[in-house]
Amino acid sequence: MTEHALTSELGALGYDPAPEAASIARLQSSYGLFLDGQFTAATSHEQFASINPATEETLATVALASASDVDTAVASARRAYVKVWSKTTGAERAKYLYRIARLIQERSRELAVVETLDNGKPIRETRDVDIPLAAAHFFYYAGWADKLEHAGFGAAPQPVGVAGQIIPWNFPLLMAAWKLAPALAAGNTCVLKPAETTPLSALILAEIFQQAGLPDGVVNIITGDGTTGAALVDHPGVDKIAFTGSTEVGRLIQERVAGTGKRLTLELGGKGANIVFEDAPIDEVIEGIIDGIFFNQGHVCCAGSRLLVQESVADEVLRRLLRRVDQLRVGDPMDKNTDVGAINSAAQLERIVELSAWGEKEGATRYTGSCELPEKGYWFAPTVFADVAQSHRIARDEIFGPVLSVLTFRTPEEAVAKANNSKYGLACGVWSEKGSRTLWVAQRLRAGVIWANTYNKFDPTSPFGGVRESGFGREGGRHGLEAYLNV
Amino acid sequence: MRLVDARDRGVLVPAVISVPSIRNEDELRRYVGALSGVDAVGVESRVAKLGTRSLKKSTKLRAIDLAISMVDLTTLEGADTRGRVSSLCTKAMYPDPHDASVPAAAAVCVYPDLVAHARRVLGESPVAVASVATAFPSGRASLAVKLLDVKEAVEAGADEIDMVIDRGAFLAGRWGQVFDEIVAVKHACGSAHLKVILETGELVTYDNVKRASWIAMLAGADFIKTSTGKVGVNATLPVALVMLEAARDFAELTGQLVGVKVAGGIRTTKDALKYLVVVNETAGATWLRPEYFRFGASSLLNDLLMQRRKQRTGAYVRPDEFSGD
Amino acid sequence: MSERLDVKKTYKLVVNGAFPRSESGRSYEVVSANGRFLANVAQASRKDLRDAVVAARAGQSKWWAATAYNRGQVLYRWAEMAESRRTELVEQVQLCEGLKKKDAQLVVARSIDRIVWYAGWTDKVTQVLGGANPVAGPYFNFSLPAPSGVIGVVAPQDSSLEGFVDAVAAPICVGNAVVALASESRPTPAVILAEMTATSDFPGGVLNVLTGVTGELAPHLATHEDIDGLDLSGSDELADELARLGAGSIKRVYRPRPHDEENPLRRLRTFVETSTVWHTIGQ
Repeated sequence: MTEHALTSELGALGYDPAPEAASIARLQSSYGLFLDGQFTAATSHEQFASINPATEETLATVALASASDVDTAVASARRAYVKVWSKTTGAERAKYLYRIARLIQERSRELAVVETLDNGKPIRETRDVDIPLAAAHFFYYAGWADKLEHAGFGAAPQPVGVAGQIIPWNFPLLMAAWKLAPALAAGNTCVLKPAETTPLSALILAEIFQQAGLPDGVVNIITGDGTTGAALVDHPGVDKIAFTGSTEVGRLIQERVAGTGKRLTLELGGKGANIVFEDAPIDEVIEGIIDGIFFNQGHVCCAGSRLLVQESVADEVLRRLLRRVDQLRVGDPMDKNTDVGAINSAAQLERIVELSAWGEKEGATRYTGSCELPEKGYWFAPTVFADVAQSHRIARDEIFGPVLSVLTFRTPEEAVAKANNSKYGLACGVWSEKGSRTLWVAQRLRAGVIWANTYNKFDPTSPFGGVRESGFGREGGRHGLEAYLNV
Repeated sequence: MRLVDARDRGVLVPAVISVPSIRNEDELRRYVGALSGVDAVGVESRVAKLGTRSLKKSTKLRAIDLAISMVDLTTLEGADTRGRVSSLCTKAMYPDPHDASVPAAAAVCVYPDLVAHARRVLGESPVAVASVATAFPSGRASLAVKLLDVKEAVEAGADEIDMVIDRGAFLAGRWGQVFDEIVAVKHACGSAHLKVILETGELVTYDNVKRASWIAMLAGADFIKTSTGKVGVNATLPVALVMLEAARDFAELTGQLVGVKVAGGIRTTKDALKYLVVVNETAGATWLRPEYFRFGASSLLNDLLMQRRKQRTGAYVRPDEFSGD
Repeated sequence: MSERLDVKKTYKLVVNGAFPRSESGRSYEVVSANGRFLANVAQASRKDLRDAVVAARAGQSKWWAATAYNRGQVLYRWAEMAESRRTELVEQVQLCEGLKKKDAQLVVARSIDRIVWYAGWTDKVTQVLGGANPVAGPYFNFSLPAPSGVIGVVAPQDSSLEGFVDAVAAPICVGNAVVALASESRPTPAVILAEMTATSDFPGGVLNVLTGVTGELAPHLATHEDIDGLDLSGSDELADELARLGAGSIKRVYRPRPHDEENPLRRLRTFVETSTVWHTIGQ
């Protein structure tokens, strides 16, 4: 394929920088733990820094909660449950949640900026996806609080009690909303542990709880590291644990919870297969593949990280895909025109680099998007591996980065077999204009979420979760109440 | 392995040109019918995302000037007179009398019986005379009448002809007839370049827009154009995206560049810039010039001028600052 | 210092997001529960009703085209408006129903909470009333509730706010538009609440309220062919006759029953149509 191109005298329309203002964030220099409705220092007074992965600058310091702080948090949640929240009617709980939803909407710009600074994802995504969905989750579950008898779990389902919730760094505020909204709607109180690298938006959420007048102790937020999470998991005062994160850690948690009587739901890793049939709408499928793996820098448990393309169209799809990858704008997450932001941490970047090296070692063909990466910060250019085999590591292991592995198939049956040939089972995509085939494939895929002619679409009404080692339990929809009810 | 330089983003010209052989309606049906479909939700969400691109400072200034140079300043009313056309032509040549740095419009667009007058007024100016023809806007007349319409416009001095396809024939499945008419009109154009108006508002579905685009390009169109501006639904961003992708694919297949014109309902600079972003990120740099992309508009020009002035002075401008033509 | 003269409110119809007087120019006297003059309220005619139905039909297609989430937010905003204008509602409920202030406040509080309850139903009705059906064959089969369309409501005569909310918010939250005849003798709380739809982002025509003589207007409501359903809660002794008239166009009819409070979804279910789709499953 020749590469001489015809360009206009004016050249392509290069976009000038269009930065959002970081000052909108109004961050304090340090934050305490959110216990019993107030911000208080950790007992050890230890703080650790949360940095901006795009610049490596410190944004603020947050408290490191120790086992005794976890104890305080659980006690506070228990007290609030027994004395206040379990005596609050569903209608009243609903109104608190509606207030919170409205406050998130009112402070949406501030929250979007904080999230982008702390996580490294583009401002366009936090503004248009993360924050609006977080508000929508509170809105949706607010409406269930006074309708539990209609949810299909019996005439008067009761809450579980105190929920310990551990969330990941890839969608910090949204994951907090996914956990807190159904738990509170169902009548539970919560102790939330945000991810180590992304604690800030949860702390702004705590301010919102104060503004909403949420009774003290109904939600407690304990920032910290792995030891904090472990202390929460092990705490006997917690009735239920909800965890979203890697399968490795999920396994450990399940082990520790076994035999304790605690309820458990896990939302873990995935290696999503994005299946493209020869009759897929060609231009939209390219966008869908891009959305599937480069959205959120590939830090998505349900990412379409395996492209399974029908062999008859594989060359054409790959050609168009590579051209499109090259157009992705990688850079300053605070720039409104950025498509792909920074990798969340040095540790995660290292993992992506290592696994990508494996891809080359195993003989796959590597394509790297041609983008200039900034000097400071953690960056990885969008990458596509073609000629990948099922037995390659990069076809089986979750990379959790902007790396796509491309495999082919011949028949629908083969597509299904290859897609299912994984210990995971979180999400898949199916692209075809033939409805009956899409439904046939969907029926046979072992996955908790199947997107047809689209990818990475989320809605508070739509249940989300995995099968097999992608976890168990569902978040979203009527089904999402189950984890937080004693049913 | 590195891919095409991202700054370049031009079209890749194939080493081997491959023009599909279309000798009869059957072959046309098979070729066009086999084209991949368009997912409406996918197109619309891509357009929505592209709509969030933020154009600031020098990018915005360049884009505004580019847009001005792409305007086909249009008057297509039953009440048009020579006086009206004179004003229009003057405006097209000198959009802002107080600022000679403002580029001229690409063309004026008028009915065939006013072409000669427009030609006279424009004189040696680089502003082209585009004429609608083929029983615009409905296209409901015999082929002989439509071809005569074209002939007269060309003889009067039109540089460009904007024809309409027979939508009735297209929707009834007579693609061969649509194709043949375009071929005949192209022949009657002589050296004038031909824009083929698909009337996308009447075609309704994106699949139809894609197919009609390919039929027009295979039949020899120099430009494919969205609308007459005379029906309820005219140019939309998703339709433009579908047409630009078709033009891009056609160029990669055959080496031939077909331009795209969006017409009707584009009133603000904000709208125009959204179209330019869509061009930029689908077909690419090659189409970012008046030779391959046009806006069929009238009131858009003044909004572009107002925004251009505001970008330079910082103050919002009153509409009366510019001529009402 | 002399007492300040207050500016008295004029009560008009609410049609298509606007507030016209009756095209007939008529009005009638509304008195409070203790017989004092309250206001001259517009006395709607059958032509006003006709116009309201046209507005409702147009408004309904915009309402149903919005997402369930959006409709929930609009209903919640209606509650926000009602909360901020609580005092006005309390005053009118007190006057109309002859309640003590404390009791009127409870009525208003319950009514606002009821609107919030309905706001939360818009994006859950489908999950509760719809679902996939495991047919014995290779088909994907699912049932979805869709709104019946335009519902004619004869609002309760006595419960001027609380009863009114239930009667109109139920059909609205599942996607219908409503033409409501307010209580004949106690119309003002309904008019105030309907006015607030104009500042809550409702498309015009979703809620239309006609004040007037129930006996004069209700038969037109019942026979109008472009009304899909009837709520006869406030028609008392006219109810049987109206139900018979409604049969002319096979309207869905809702009539109060004993122990209705145990079946809060009955109204919702009456004004939805279940649509079931089959799609083949195969390679």
